[in-house]
Amino acid sequence: MARLWHKFGPVLTVVIAIFVMWYAGSIALNSAWAHDKAQRAGKVLTTSELVADTMSQKKPRLPAPHQVGAEIWKTTGAMVLRGRAFSKRSLFYHSWITLSSTALGFLMGTALGVALAVGIVYNRTMDMSVMPWVIASQTIPILAIAPMIIVVLNAVGISGLLPKAVISMYLSFFPVVVGMVKGLRSPDHMQLDQMKTWSASGQQEFWRLRLPSSMPYFFTSMKIAMAASLVGAIVGELPTGAVAGLGARLLGGSYYGQTIQIWSALIMAAALAACLVGFIGILQRRVLKRMGMA
Amino acid sequence: MGWITTGLIAWAVGWQTNVWLARRPKTRLTRLIIPIIFGLTLIALWECLVRGLEVKAVLLPPPSMIAVRFATSLNILWQDLVQTVVKGALTGYVMGCSAAFLTAIVVDRFPFLRRGLLPVGNFVAALPIIGMAPILVMWFGFDWQSKAAVVVIMVFFPMLVNTVQGLQATDSMQRDLMRTYAAGYWKSLLKLRLPAAMPFVFNGLKIATTLALIGAIVAEFFGSPIKGMGFRISTEVGRLALDMVWAEIVVAAIVGSAFYGGVALLEKAITFWHPSQRG
Amino acid sequence: MTQAEANETSCQPVISARNLSLTFQTNDGPVHALKDVDLEINKGDFVSFIGPSGCGKTTFLRCIADLENPTGGEITVNGMTAEQARKARAYGYVFQAAGLYPWRTIGGNIRLPLEIMGYSRADQDTRIERVLELVELAGFEKKFPWQLSGGMQQRASIARALAFDADILLMDEPFGALDEIVRDHLNEQLLKLWARTNKTIGFVTHSIPEAVYLSTKIVVMSPRPGRITDVIESTLPQERPLDIRDSPEFIEIAHRVRDGLRAGHGDNV
Repeated sequence: MARLWHKFGPVLTVVIAIFVMWYAGSIALNSAWAHDKAQRAGKVLTTSELVADTMSQKKPRLPAPHQVGAEIWKTTGAMVLRGRAFSKRSLFYHSWITLSSTALGFLMGTALGVALAVGIVYNRTMDMSVMPWVIASQTIPILAIAPMIIVVLNAVGISGLLPKAVISMYLSFFPVVVGMVKGLRSPDHMQLDQMKTWSASGQQEFWRLRLPSSMPYFFTSMKIAMAASLVGAIVGELPTGAVAGLGARLLGGSYYGQTIQIWSALIMAAALAACLVGFIGILQRRVLKRMGMA
Repeated sequence: MGWITTGLIAWAVGWQTNVWLARRPKTRLTRLIIPIIFGLTLIALWECLVRGLEVKAVLLPPPSMIAVRFATSLNILWQDLVQTVVKGALTGYVMGCSAAFLTAIVVDRFPFLRRGLLPVGNFVAALPIIGMAPILVMWFGFDWQSKAAVVVIMVFFPMLVNTVQGLQATDSMQRDLMRTYAAGYWKSLLKLRLPAAMPFVFNGLKIATTLALIGAIVAEFFGSPIKGMGFRISTEVGRLALDMVWAEIVVAAIVGSAFYGGVALLEKAITFWHPSQRG
Repeated sequence: MTQAEANETSCQPVISARNLSLTFQTNDGPVHALKDVDLEINKGDFVSFIGPSGCGKTTFLRCIADLENPTGGEITVNGMTAEQARKARAYGYVFQAAGLYPWRTIGGNIRLPLEIMGYSRADQDTRIERVLELVELAGFEKKFPWQLSGGMQQRASIARALAFDADILLMDEPFGALDEIVRDHLNEQLLKLWARTNKTIGFVTHSIPEAVYLSTKIVVMSPRPGRITDVIESTLPQERPLDIRDSPEFIEIAHRVRDGLRAGHGDNV
């Protein structure tokens, strides 16, 4: 029991504190509007009436957690129960749209990143020409070109999933390149010399030494890439005219002041990120354990 | 056809030069000149292919056109830069990073907080925080204050996690040494743990530079006054004036690398003793 | 201090341990790092602790320094508890690795304990100069640790422990990571330094020649549970050139130490 408390107690406390602060914040931020309404109706609010009002407004400045929870349930669980899990109003539908472009972009970005990393490690010219640019481009706010990519690809007739996936790919590709180059170079001199004493071929050296040694780096950079890919997909949904996806829900909510909708989309995006990164984490533990590295 | 051939020849010449240079012993000069040649070759190829294949400027303008646009709209670019980078990103960066730094010292003092906040901080650092932008724009209005708020939230957690990690970075022998001197909390914080944490702090500061620019630009997509880099990009994309969009991207790239480079220089000066800086 | 006073103080033990025990609770059950250790160290002694790994020699040194809390028995340092002694800055401690701060120069590293203990700036400077001379590092004050060899770094860390004039010097395998030649040189220097400063030194090692060459008293320890199996008073003269190690007397003492180590090992060898 004490051990459980030691492990989860602090996190639990912090999470509870966040909720308390959230409620306090929503009372503080929404009370002005509540007072306003009451004044126009010629009433004076008691404290309990005020608190009740701040937590049940239609367009609060900061919706209370249970309002967001109810909205999420209304647009996910309740719709599943009615058998309309993938109707256009369902958050599952929007999450699915975002997830599919995230996943596609992530896969393309990772594949491209690994390929480029292998090229950089094995080709001196590529190392010296491309690597500085890869590092430099990490310092550039690449996300700024997202709207342009969407519009340009639309203009040449590519629309739907692919343009968003391209942005995700672009964002997820850099962490993979950097991580994999580091990983493929992680075997030390002794290990490389050992391979040489066995006169191993370049291929053998790659498959038996460099690639396995790079795995911890690979998974770490995949986690970063996955998070970046999700951000790319969400931002990629902003300029498409707010049709579908979590990014579109965010933008739509901000146009019409539907704060509850924004927050529920935000929580959904957070949950999606947690699931995706958590999934890679599980994969990482499994693979590294089998390889005897964890 | 002429343009395409020229482009391919430029590419071949550039690449061959680099192959030849890369075979020679590595010096500072080759390390600098090879990526520059590569970049120039790429630009030449871009220019030639766009002209040769007659790609429409609304799809991909040639570099020369972007350069001309850049040179003729310096005023607008400067005004956007001040709005987005100086007012939005920098203010938020300074506020967010210092808040995170101070929080980290408090968190580090109390193990209970550390065990509670660190997992939460790590979790939050992986979330698409940029999604908070529409909410903050609603709260703080269209001007730079809301952009600074987005930046504060974006840089806070990476900075916090890195600083807390850094404060833990001393090994047990060094902490024992402080104990043999009967040094108190503040003395060992000041003399040992803060200096030892500096490489981690700078790692956080460097990550935060990129996040700050991204936050400030993307937040403008959710509403802004009629200036700012994000505003310009989204409206010029709508008008299909891609040369202006590219000019803004060039500015973003220059500012981004300069910002990062500045922090990296400071890091080199302060953590000169760290093995990664001794080279 | 007159000769008579020196004799009088040397009669009182500087460090005294009675029935000292330390048990670590681990997942595999309790580990007896120290069990019923009795020892007295007098002023000006050079005491070596020798034994195989796990015999508790480092743990004992850390108990003296109040870096570990004994679970039984008692220990006094300068007549105080170990904690009081630590707070009174009664000793300097030298670790296995030099552990110098890479961001401070050699001089800055030696200045560190002086800053913490609140010495005046001028006092700091004179002390730094003095201890650097003592360990023959004069002129290296402005260098950074990573610009020096391993032996020089370790000498700097000894200087750092000497800077604040504690009477006791505790050294935990300070030369363990250095090569034989450097080690010989540092041993010789350490003896000179001990003769000049008249400090009480506790020295952990697992080299028999090193223990015999340096010590006035050799404490042989053995593991499971960590305990003292033999205490050998050295008969070697104060003045010890390096070639004393070839003398029959030296070899005789080394034999006794080796026998003690073997006896402690029991059936395990």
